[in-house]
Amino acid sequence: MSRRHTDREFEAELAELRQRILLMAGRVEKMIALAMQALVEEDLELARTTIRRDDRVNQDEIEIDERCLLILARWQPMAFDLRFITHASKMGTDLERIGDMAVHICERVEDLYQSGYGGPFVRIPRMAEIVQEMLHDAVDAFVAEDVEQAEAVLRRDDEVDALYHDIFLGLLQRMSAGIEPVARCVAVQNIATYLERIGDHATNLAEQVIFVLRGRDVRHGGKRSPSDPPPVNSV
Amino acid sequence: MDPSNDKIRVEGLSAGFGDRRVLFDVSMALPARRVTAIIGPSGCGKSTFIRILNRMHELVRGAWASGEVHLDGVPIHGPGVDPVLLRRRVGMVFQKPNPFPHLSVRENVLAGLSLTGRRRRSEAEAVMERALAQAALWDEVRDRLDAPAGGLSGGQQQRLCIARALAVDPEVLLMDEPCSALDPIATARIEDLIHALCADYTIVIVTHSMQQAARVSHRTAFLLLGELVEHDDTDRLFTSPRDSRTEDYITGKFG
Repeated sequence: MSRRHTDREFEAELAELRQRILLMAGRVEKMIALAMQALVEEDLELARTTIRRDDRVNQDEIEIDERCLLILARWQPMAFDLRFITHASKMGTDLERIGDMAVHICERVEDLYQSGYGGPFVRIPRMAEIVQEMLHDAVDAFVAEDVEQAEAVLRRDDEVDALYHDIFLGLLQRMSAGIEPVARCVAVQNIATYLERIGDHATNLAEQVIFVLRGRDVRHGGKRSPSDPPPVNSV
Repeated sequence: MDPSNDKIRVEGLSAGFGDRRVLFDVSMALPARRVTAIIGPSGCGKSTFIRILNRMHELVRGAWASGEVHLDGVPIHGPGVDPVLLRRRVGMVFQKPNPFPHLSVRENVLAGLSLTGRRRRSEAEAVMERALAQAALWDEVRDRLDAPAGGLSGGQQQRLCIARALAVDPEVLLMDEPCSALDPIATARIEDLIHALCADYTIVIVTHSMQQAARVSHRTAFLLLGELVEHDDTDRLFTSPRDSRTEDYITGKFG
């Protein structure tokens, strides 16, 4: 929004909230990158220090929620501002969950290397690369107010799902054939699951960006029209 | 919107005072038994708009209006329409509570009735009690119906004015910033009343409070410099307006 609010205090509070979301997004992006580095470089210490970064991210979530509540109470925002405030809080929740996923990845890295299981990893880093791009693009779309960029993020979730499926099948085959220890396969499988979830949270973020920018709810195929038939209940 | 449900239909309405034009070609339909809020900055023509709906606008020297306003499909400016009878059907409540301060509560409620014909005393008492009850004021004033209205609180005075408007059994209630002189509790009472009254009446409310418009109305119209910029379901207009001028106004932007 290029036009400014008449009340500069309100403008400043919105700008600060926006800034906090961007900082938080930057922190979780970094956590995913470090978790992958710890995995690929077999760096246990890096895994541990990355886990500790989550405290700051958890704090971000609390502070963003607090700011959203205060802005709602003080200014009773409308239209774009109302959509932004209500979704800033949801964005904070998704970013916090991404932070948790990065922590879980680091924990599995610890499990792997403490048990003496190593790499190499090919598809996991590729999957991590895609979800990092998705997260980055969702945040970029928010900053640039670019709906098309946010929509492109939604389409990439299929790539993530396909890779996840590949990884799962590969691990299953190797476990069945007894080529690899089950413990290693389960840990790697878990990491793939965490990355897949990060992709889901990045998708949520992109959906939220679209809603904030356009007021259009694209979740779960969008809002049903009142004339649509009711969903069929499974018996 | 189902057109058969429109209580008032405004078509190509322009209006002004002498050389000054304050409304430009406004067209909109106001659904029956729904609350329509009119919002917009000072001087945008909100008050002129609603004053045209009961032909009070034309009482101002130099005032003029063109275009059509239909009430139940009948043009209100048509030949044979008596403005006094029209104002019984389309009542009005103003920004500042304006009871007759020296008249009693009872006399205030019945003031409109006395002007439009005599009633038997028992009938008048029934009308008064019904109007005060509808205005959610009966329980507070039943023991002081003969006390001067000037002794009531601001919020009570405004509800008394609403009772006075309801006593003549109108179909439409126009409210011109009815809460702007009231505290939050009195405001909540009036808003609660609006929610209840729209079961029977078509209500048009002018308000400077976006939050109030969002709370009480079903439809909202945004006027800017005499033009109707946007008219939509209230839920939609305050969450995702279609026009950037509406967006700027309701989010308090300039530039």
